[in-house]
Amino acid sequence: MQDNKSNLLEHEVRAEIDRWVAKYPPEHKQSAVLSALHLAQDQNGGWISQDLLDAVADYLDMPRIAVYEVATFYTMFDLKPVGKHKIGLCTNISCQLQGSDKIADHLKTCLGVDFGCTTNDGQFTLREVECLGACRNGPVMHLDKTYHENLTPEKIDEILAAVEDQA
Amino acid sequence: MDKFNIEIDGKTIEADPGSMLIEAADNNGIHIPRFCYHKKLSVAANCRMCLVEVEKAPKPLPACATPVTAGMIVRTRSKKALEAQRAVMEFLLINHPLDCPICDQGGECELQDVAMGYGKDLSRYTEGKRTVKDKNIGPLISTEMTRCIQCTRCVRFGEEVAGFREMGGMNRGEHLEIGTYLDHNLQSEVSGNIIDLCPVGALTSKPFRFKARAWELQQRPSIAPHDALGSNINVHLRRGEVMRVVPRDNESINETWLSDRDRFAYTGLNSDDRLMQPMIKRKGVWETVDWSLALEQAAIGLKEIINLEGADELAALASTQSTLEELYLLQKIMRCLGSPHVDHRVRQIDFSCQDAMPLFPGLYQSIEQIEHADQILILGSNIHHDMPLLALRIRKAQVHGAKVHAINPLPFTYHFDVQHDCVCDPQDMIILLMGIAAALNISLGVEASISDTAKAIATDLQSGKRVTILLGVLVEHHPQSSLIRHLAKLIADQCLGQVGLLTEGPNAAGAWLAGMVPHRQAAGKKANKMGQDAAQLCETPKKGYVLFNLEPLDIGQTNVMQTLKAAKFVIALTSFKQADLLDVADVILPIAPFTETVGTFVNLTGLWQSFTAVSKPFGEVRPGWKVLRVLGNLLELPGFDYEDAFAIRDELKAQVDAFTPDAPAPLPAITKPSAQEGLVRVGHWPIYRGDPLVRRAQPLQDSGLNGSVAAFVHPALAVRLKLTVGQHVIVQQSHAHIQLPLQVDERLPMNVVYIPAGYSETAILADYAAVILGAAT
Ligand code: SF4
Ligand code: FES
Ligand code: FES
Repeated sequence: MQDNKSNLLEHEVRAEIDRWVAKYPPEHKQSAVLSALHLAQDQNGGWISQDLLDAVADYLDMPRIAVYEVATFYTMFDLKPVGKHKIGLCTNISCQLQGSDKIADHLKTCLGVDFGCTTNDGQFTLREVECLGACRNGPVMHLDKTYHENLTPEKIDEILAAVEDQA
Repeated sequence: MDKFNIEIDGKTIEADPGSMLIEAADNNGIHIPRFCYHKKLSVAANCRMCLVEVEKAPKPLPACATPVTAGMIVRTRSKKALEAQRAVMEFLLINHPLDCPICDQGGECELQDVAMGYGKDLSRYTEGKRTVKDKNIGPLISTEMTRCIQCTRCVRFGEEVAGFREMGGMNRGEHLEIGTYLDHNLQSEVSGNIIDLCPVGALTSKPFRFKARAWELQQRPSIAPHDALGSNINVHLRRGEVMRVVPRDNESINETWLSDRDRFAYTGLNSDDRLMQPMIKRKGVWETVDWSLALEQAAIGLKEIINLEGADELAALASTQSTLEELYLLQKIMRCLGSPHVDHRVRQIDFSCQDAMPLFPGLYQSIEQIEHADQILILGSNIHHDMPLLALRIRKAQVHGAKVHAINPLPFTYHFDVQHDCVCDPQDMIILLMGIAAALNISLGVEASISDTAKAIATDLQSGKRVTILLGVLVEHHPQSSLIRHLAKLIADQCLGQVGLLTEGPNAAGAWLAGMVPHRQAAGKKANKMGQDAAQLCETPKKGYVLFNLEPLDIGQTNVMQTLKAAKFVIALTSFKQADLLDVADVILPIAPFTETVGTFVNLTGLWQSFTAVSKPFGEVRPGWKVLRVLGNLLELPGFDYEDAFAIRDELKAQVDAFTPDAPAPLPAITKPSAQEGLVRVGHWPIYRGDPLVRRAQPLQDSGLNGSVAAFVHPALAVRLKLTVGQHVIVQQSHAHIQLPLQVDERLPMNVVYIPAGYSETAILADYAAVILGAAT
């Protein structure tokens, strides 16, 4: 007997999931799992806790293991706490030819962390990502849900400064 | 569509349209290597080991995922095929450790075999190999996940067969890992099957780990002794010692599967409790003695009771884990001595339908037929725990579109969709059934109200073409079990369906056939002298008792300990030492468990399955039938000089064949149920507490499937009684009071207190009886 954890999802989140569920045939509720995971991740400040994974499974009547499979399959889901902002720099071939190495070095120096790490102040998590599909304007990175293209060290400084100003 | 011909390796064979190449090859004894394909699972086609050459196809094709077409020409051993197979093998071995000597699967590993047969001798790979951390998935299965070749058989088994997905594939690509994600004990009651399915050493049996090599083992066929299915097993022995149990294919019973209970209960055989020698109690002190003395004492004790008190003061109770031969001899001894008081229904309370019983209780249809039912009503059974493999058949039916309904006094979890899952108190179960009957226009002679649920279930049942109503142990133990049976019968008849009785233990049908009931002799002949039933025998003490394969906590009757203590003379024939038995018995005769004796179990379809001893008896242990034969002779009873156990079986068989029993009496009249007053305790023997052997199987005890020993109530009831979770409460019945921790379960009916049976802590409580809960001070 497992307790149903559905209630850990905020009311609005559940309503939003329902909207997604309604798009699919009733017996394919689980089709909404990706959207539900995104919503759960947003609710929790950028990462999905174990309880929330279970909550999504319970809410969508899925075996919990099936939700774990999906959540671990996609790199866009973070299952451990992350910085307030996520930066993903593409280091694939096109971006590399456009000098993503230099951008990487610059980002690492500015933030004082390596790929895969979070800054001490918890502001940024820096990551190396695969092709973002915007190769013609490389180097490319995403800051949270926004793409930044044709990157130069100066542009990076501006982008980071803008985020810090907001804070 | 008709079969057509295809050609494989120059051999023309017939194939079924729509079948896959690999099936056609398998059916004709042509071996194609494979890892992910399994005849009982869906096709995943992810390992590519089964590549074969098909004429006119540009590339080799996977035989497991290529449907046959008429005139197809296939080569499994051509140069092209062999090259493809060798290449796949090389890829598979890239990340697989090449250290078979330290792997538990070594010697019975599909990867090892296929690598030998289809791989290269040398590895060209010099780079580092991927490693994966092992997972802890409980006391039954060991993991070595680096060895996993990601065939996903274990994942598909959970999803498709068990209906309960616990294994999955985490991450992706190079990082894909098979596991449970979170370490936890597998909760499936059929989890052990993934050990057999796993083609490599990633999932192996934990209790068997590093105990023996496959080539050191001898294999002997036997029959599993825990539920009425009578699953076919192979026992693996090394130098006469039982090392493990695996399933033996039998499509009509267990298919290729085995429940964890049948697979791992053997670990109880070597328990410290195993009795080695006969014992007698002298002036309250136990002494180990030799057989002649023990048997003499037993005979003297019995004769004394007869001479001083009369044969009517003698009774015998036996468990359904006993063999047909043992049960037959036991009742024969008792009846020859003049006592009709024999029974095996030690957990039953209501016997009023005993004359209405057919020759033996059972399913009255084949096990396979359950798969084809379209409406199934489960009454009073935790089906997955009571009969794990029957539950898999029900699941198949449900997947094929059958509707399943359940009515139970306790909340259970089902691994198939249940249309109506009704949990209601014992009286409401009857009211609901009456409602269903009334909704089906059956005249009951008493007034019945039709609830919405009753109506909905009735509508479903009525729409069924193949309706099956299964009555489980919770009905068998119910105080109005006869009434429920009668209602079930009426409902089934109305829907042109069938009622099946799911009995406990491997040999309840055998016990009826052998005459181990007080009202019928062997073969179902009416008893010359009517005996008392198990409830009476425990309620009003007799002077002498013979307990066969029973520990007092196996007996679900009130007062059993008091009764046995009050008796003058008690003989216990058993395999294990047990505190309560030591307390009440005067003579203990150590008898062989199923692995050390020859015998027969009759399963729930009436199939007689005989088995022989697979190993030698422990110490001075003797097979039960031999002990009873000697006892019969010592008591100078006629007809106890059997050559061997088969002679006993054949004697009974001849009687069964020759005798046509009278038609069963009609079921007792329908009466109006009274409302449940106050709180009622409902018990259930948890999955691994039902018999002496399984209770001693430590890995099963550690699995967590038994649940906790506690008093479970609805949370609102706890609030009303001002009790909190975890607190110790006093559980009181008319003659008993014990203390247990309190647990809550919101699916319980408001007036039901669930307290598991099968534990010495709770053995004193009566089942289905009123109970009062209060805070312990
Ligand atoms: S653990 Fe075994 S059965 Fe499961 S995917 Fe891996 S190799 Fe296949
Ligand atoms: S390679 Fe960088 S976006 Fe495609
Ligand atoms: S057995 Fe055919 S691909 Fe695995």
